[in-house]
Amino acid sequence: MASAFEYAPAPESRSVVDIAPSYGLFIDGEFTEAADGKVFKTVSPSTEEVLSEIAQAGEADVDRAVRAARKAFEKWSALPGSERAKYLFRIARIIQERSRELAVLETLDNGKPIKETRDADLPLVAAHFFYYAGWADKLDHAGFGANPRPLGVAGQVIPWNFPLLMLAWKIAPALATGNTVVLKPAETTPLSALFFADICRQAGLPKGVVNILPGYGDTGAALVAHPDVNKVAFTGSTAVGKQIARTVAGTSKKLTLELGGKGANIVFDDAPIDQAVEGIVNGIFFNQGQVCCAGSRLLVQESIQDELMDSLKRRLSTLRLGDPLDKNTDIGAINSEEQLARITSLVEQGEAEGAERWSPACELPSSGYWFAPTLFTNVTQAHTIARDEIFGPVLSVLTFRTPDEAVAKANNSQYGLSAGIWTEKGSRILAVANKLRAGVIWSNTFNKFDPTSPFGGYKESGFGREGGRHGLEAYLDV
Amino acid sequence: MSDRLSVFKTYKLYVGGKFPRSESGRVYEVTDSKGNWLANAPQSSRKDARDAVVAARKAFGGWAGATAYNRGQILYRIAEMLEGRKAQFVREVADAEGLSKSKAADQVDAAIDRWVWYAGWTDKIAQVIGGANPVAGPYFNLSSPEPTGVVVVLAPQESSFLGLVSVVAPVIATGNTAIVIASEKSPLPALSLGEVLATSDLPGGVVNVLSGRTAEIAAPLAAHQDVNAIDLAGADDVLAKELEIAAADNLKRVLRPQPVDYATVPGIDRMTAFLETKTVWHPTGSLGASGSSY
Repeated sequence: MASAFEYAPAPESRSVVDIAPSYGLFIDGEFTEAADGKVFKTVSPSTEEVLSEIAQAGEADVDRAVRAARKAFEKWSALPGSERAKYLFRIARIIQERSRELAVLETLDNGKPIKETRDADLPLVAAHFFYYAGWADKLDHAGFGANPRPLGVAGQVIPWNFPLLMLAWKIAPALATGNTVVLKPAETTPLSALFFADICRQAGLPKGVVNILPGYGDTGAALVAHPDVNKVAFTGSTAVGKQIARTVAGTSKKLTLELGGKGANIVFDDAPIDQAVEGIVNGIFFNQGQVCCAGSRLLVQESIQDELMDSLKRRLSTLRLGDPLDKNTDIGAINSEEQLARITSLVEQGEAEGAERWSPACELPSSGYWFAPTLFTNVTQAHTIARDEIFGPVLSVLTFRTPDEAVAKANNSQYGLSAGIWTEKGSRILAVANKLRAGVIWSNTFNKFDPTSPFGGYKESGFGREGGRHGLEAYLDV
Repeated sequence: MSDRLSVFKTYKLYVGGKFPRSESGRVYEVTDSKGNWLANAPQSSRKDARDAVVAARKAFGGWAGATAYNRGQILYRIAEMLEGRKAQFVREVADAEGLSKSKAADQVDAAIDRWVWYAGWTDKIAQVIGGANPVAGPYFNLSSPEPTGVVVVLAPQESSFLGLVSVVAPVIATGNTAIVIASEKSPLPALSLGEVLATSDLPGGVVNVLSGRTAEIAAPLAAHQDVNAIDLAGADDVLAKELEIAAADNLKRVLRPQPVDYATVPGIDRMTAFLETKTVWHPTGSLGASGSSY
């Protein structure tokens, strides 16, 4: 749709962030090379520019980091909760102070729009540290009985879609409860975790309490399997989650998993259409749809399908795809070449299976990894694109006639992480929310997060909750 | 006058509210602690296990959807029914575990009291572990516990009745349905419990009791795609590891075996192990943001 007024470019300055040409592993308070000297490159997905060269942790490094964490655990867990709280409050404050720098860094390394890192990721990262800071000296009141104890060394593996936010979700409750941490960031987005190491230094956090080990899947596997790790926390794919569950079987390691999803976003005929359209867009195009709780299955009541699809298509035509550092950008780059290939192949499969593909007129930049916002109609429950997680800006549209049918279709999934309900009828919201088998349900809104609110899945979306009082349980001997 | 010849009981499984024999037609010999024959217990097969899953799944919606008050009433009713048949259970527990009558009576009393304890939890657990979250924004959200679904319970091997009740009651108190594998050596109190459950207003299929070889029955259940969780209380370390690996295939919730003193009042963790937390969000609008009133 041609517009009378075009947006002028409004790029955020890169000068607020100083990326070094290379980074080491962060073990026992020091940056260090990998024992076997291995390195890998991290690129900016929007330009394919190499940002930095990162040390790649191997088994020996994992062992060294776990030993450092074990040593630090003794003192850290013995600190009064009020002292641990103050460290976490310091970290939260420094994150706020450096949030512009971190937002730009995250956008460079991940490819998501600055609008999102600035307005969603970073405020939530700081909020998580503030929230769990306050728990550190109140654990007796958390509902797990008197004097709940930390587990020890936590091995944490996080994904690339929200690099710093997932770090906050993992590290804040672990430290608040007195555990020490070895964290592996994703291979495509290691930078913000390494900047976080510098924040730990600024905060004066004791050496060894937080260790950061960039690497690939084998680094994560070595960490999960390390005999001296007491707690494993993983966010990522369901397939890897199952592997991890098998690895820790028969051990005493406590496990929490946040895995995939195929969220149903259910729109009833009495829904406020304009708000629903915004919610649908937010649900599937936020972070290019690379969100485990994305509303990737739109279930629309048949009687309003045409009206809703017209509005939705009109709205999609106004989305701006391009330079993630531009403050007007809605859709940034796909995180990696590999992920782009996966999205492309699933979308091709959707077409091959007979679903109808539509995208707005959309020019893709010539370098970098990009995928136009896409929606599929004529989708049935049997289609691969209605069952498998695509983890990209691709929406599958299905229809229903009755609330019961909507619930049945929504629940017809191996996953059970999120769902949305759009209707003006309060009793219908409550009745449908009650019947949906999902851990997070947004009614008349979507993709809202808050550190006070438990997040996590039913079924094969994993087990355990992050956030809120519930999030403490994963790190306590309860 | 000669002594009256007693009437033996044919012990049967309890599946879907009915009392079938094992589909396999097999039984195994159950003896007391001194090796004297007590009865032939059904030796369940993979098919019996699968039938139990079907029954438990069918019962889940109704049981999970029943009011917590109603579930509490039914759990208490179970205690009432047990109280009336105490003598039978005391005899069976004494035989099974080689206990004196008075020690066995203590076990049965404690088990009945445990039903009463859990009966009181059904309508309180949500208030204790759920709640409203103070969100930083114009939203209201609420976290509430919901049952995980169909739960397989490997009953403890040694404590044939108190241990059994201690692992079954928390699973169903919160709205799950259960498939219980009785103690392999001492299954008779569990099979008799089925008869009590059948007359306690508990809907058929909410609890299903299987007897036989624990490892043989548990293996297909741990791998079953329509089972949501497994309590490994009655598994040894080797079996527990094997079942936990199988359970990973559909990410079942697993409660690992752990040392438990069944004589003490339990905590709530056997309930929370088989609960999911659902957080529901709704906008509140930002009232008063610009000095408006309503």
